Amino acid sequence: MSLKYFHNLHLKIFSALFVFASPMHADWFALNMTRGVTDISNEVFELHMLIFWICVVIGVVVFSVMFYSMYAHTKKKNPVAASFHENHKLEIAWTIVPFLILIAMAVPASKTLVKIYDDEAGDVNIQVTGYQWKWQYNYLEDDISFFSNLSTDMDEINNLVPKGEHYLQEVDEMVVIPAGKKVRFLITANDVIHSWWMPAFAIKQDAIPGFVNTAWTKVDKPGVYRGKCTELCGKNHGFMPIVVKVVEQEEYNQWVDEKKQAAIKMAELTTKDWTAQELVERGESVYAVNCVACHQTNGQGIPGIFPALAGSDIVMNQKDKNIEILMEGVQGAAMNSFSYLSEVELAAVITYTRQSWGNAENGDGEIVVPKDIVDYKKPKI
Amino acid sequence: MSAVIENHHDDHHHGPAKGLTRWLYTTNHKDIGTLYLWFSFAMFLIGGAMALVIRAELFQPGMQIVEPEFYNQMITLHGLIMIFGGVMPAFVGLANWLVPMMIGAPDMALPRMNNLSFWILPFAFFILLSSLFMEGGAPNFGWTFYAPLSTTYAPPSVTFFIFSVHIMGASSIMGAINVVVTIMNMRAPGVTLMKMPLFVWSWLITAYLLIAVMPVLAGAVTMMLMDIHFGTSFFNAAGGGDPVLFQHIFWFFGHPEVYIMILPAFGIVSHIIETFSRKQLFGYSSMVWAMLSIAILSFVVWAHHMFTVGLPLAAELFFMWATMLIAVPTGVKVFNWVATMFKGSLTFETPMLFAIAFVVLFTIGGLSGLMLAIVPADFQYHDTYFVVAHFHYVLVPGAIFSIMAAVYYWIPKWSGNMYDERLGKLHFWLSFIGVNVTFFPQHFIGLAGMPRRYPDYALQFADWNMVSSVGAFLFGVSQILFLFIVVKTVMGGKKATDQVWEGARGLEWTVASPAPYHTFTTPPKVD
Repeated sequence: MSLKYFHNLHLKIFSALFVFASPMHADWFALNMTRGVTDISNEVFELHMLIFWICVVIGVVVFSVMFYSMYAHTKKKNPVAASFHENHKLEIAWTIVPFLILIAMAVPASKTLVKIYDDEAGDVNIQVTGYQWKWQYNYLEDDISFFSNLSTDMDEINNLVPKGEHYLQEVDEMVVIPAGKKVRFLITANDVIHSWWMPAFAIKQDAIPGFVNTAWTKVDKPGVYRGKCTELCGKNHGFMPIVVKVVEQEEYNQWVDEKKQAAIKMAELTTKDWTAQELVERGESVYAVNCVACHQTNGQGIPGIFPALAGSDIVMNQKDKNIEILMEGVQGAAMNSFSYLSEVELAAVITYTRQSWGNAENGDGEIVVPKDIVDYKKPKI
Repeated sequence: MSAVIENHHDDHHHGPAKGLTRWLYTTNHKDIGTLYLWFSFAMFLIGGAMALVIRAELFQPGMQIVEPEFYNQMITLHGLIMIFGGVMPAFVGLANWLVPMMIGAPDMALPRMNNLSFWILPFAFFILLSSLFMEGGAPNFGWTFYAPLSTTYAPPSVTFFIFSVHIMGASSIMGAINVVVTIMNMRAPGVTLMKMPLFVWSWLITAYLLIAVMPVLAGAVTMMLMDIHFGTSFFNAAGGGDPVLFQHIFWFFGHPEVYIMILPAFGIVSHIIETFSRKQLFGYSSMVWAMLSIAILSFVVWAHHMFTVGLPLAAELFFMWATMLIAVPTGVKVFNWVATMFKGSLTFETPMLFAIAFVVLFTIGGLSGLMLAIVPADFQYHDTYFVVAHFHYVLVPGAIFSIMAAVYYWIPKWSGNMYDERLGKLHFWLSFIGVNVTFFPQHFIGLAGMPRRYPDYALQFADWNMVSSVGAFLFGVSQILFLFIVVKTVMGGKKATDQVWEGARGLEWTVASPAPYHTFTTPPKVD
């Protein structure tokens, strides 16, 4: 199956004409909810189809009577209208019958809902935190923590290069969970409300600052599953996908070990002696992931909403204030605390902004090293 | 001095004043009804143009026309303008024109307030639209403006948005009070409550809903204002507030609001189906009771917009069952319309075509609403294009088709001229096809997994999005034809008789066409 996208309108229309002959363009058949891969998602799908068909039957019955009237009771065929009105038996029937149908729908729906509402701890418990515009995953048992960002190239979004198969549905780091185990997600947010949706698991839970919502799943089939943010959360709401990779237990254990090793390596980096050049290089990528959405590539921000970093006095001359803003955020503004980034990342990104866009030439040009961040974090007496 | 008084006295009897001041100072329910209708049509075009920006961007995957930031401003303003500027003022305009004539009253009970409630509206929308040109752009948090996106994270123009919503709210509340007072006090002798035309009933219920919930909306935006400017934390978790509280308050307003936009449509469609079936409405009293039940239930179902916020199980079950219950009175209404047509003597003039399309397409929207009530399934539908398809089915071929039906049905009475039936039918068919091509595929897009409020989407949604965009442009362009037909009718055309339609019944058809500037200065006799 190819999801190749045609830029050319003629080709597009051409392909539309031959759609049913060609299996190449399966997206015309993306018409219905999918079953998903868990027991719950299957139950939800069955429920959806049950209600769908009940609605179809109701619609067909009602519209048939109506269309029959439109055909048989025109003024031409029936010049004098009947005069009946109000029939208590009929009126009671069309009140009671729908009521009974509704009960028939409510019973299975309620049963499934009770199953979904199980907030017992899982074998693996992952805290999911929504940020503008990325997801953070904390594995509570293993002390693993990372961010998951959209990895689709901006050039694909801006139509400069062809779009890949997983356009807007790919991330730099997937959530990895073990197959056959109960995994519980504890979902919250850091700034505005987001919503964590994984259609294949039939999970959609809002991520709300100050609240922790729970959802759980047990996936037997290893694979890569793709979901999205479903609560409007600002500019890049459409650009913070979710990708979950389900692997066998053994592979999962291996992944956990690797992540722990990487964390140790990161700690070593903090104590290393950094040059400005190294920090700027590393900082550029941190900036591209965390800052560019608001402050823009050229550091100019967006007038009236996001302040410019280029030429900012704080960025040029006030090193301590600069660190403080990244660590604490700005009260009452969209600038949040970025204290969740590593010391290396923070030092690198601050140094990058202090060295770019002419800031070094116009300001004091001082760099920030990871140790500065460590010092900032020490309790102040 | 006495000459001046006499002059004034004469004016009062001779009809409308001349020039612009006629419209500025008017206290005449027909003038104000006309102002409301034209205003809502202008807003419909502006909101529609914004919808076309949205659909143009979504024509293909990738960002082509606008930036995501501006896209969010478009979806926000499109929603606000269509709801508060398009649908609601159109219904108020119809109420102004029709309620006094239907109950045999000379005018609305509170004519000066009537003038005020209209004339503050253009200011509200001027303020709202001017935010597009402000630093930081227009409101970009969706028409539902969930906190904290609309408070801590909002552009500075949010304060203007709040002011504008306050004015719209004041206008609606004044309009609603006027309708209630008129209906309660000014019915001609013999027009008892259970003899009132259904449009009047539907507006009486709507007016009570408005009076109940518009202050709640005002409360919500005031709390936002306090959070933004005065250091409170109603909706700010960091300050001990509760972002979910905002949603409870908003939807306590928002759900009745949905019925505010559909109940008057029920009234309109009942009249039209009765007229063109040449047969009495099947069950008048059950229609009244059904509308009352829907209105009352609308106050206890708000959290069905919030199934994914993490409500406790008991609340999910309660709101699911309560929501499903609304299907019963809604079913009663649909069955009544069908039973009225059954064995009637039907003709299919433009108003009837719109009314029939209303019944069919509103029912489809109602059925998808029933699907959305099922909580486990809603976890998959919520905030996807399935929801977008659902509420556009009840609002466009629902509310808006009913307004168009009403215009075709009553315009001969308002203008004294018949509209061009051939063009009217053309307008109907273009709109009917446009609406379905636009919104039916959105069911597919949503079920396949595309969230709403996305400026860009994954490739598997490309085909149906393109179809939907084509439909949207067809529907949009067709409305220019509507404008043309209305203008042409007002300018001239075949003279309408007093009764206009063979099957029409009701007091408004007993006065001349066009309706004189003052009608029922002495109450009519009603048996």
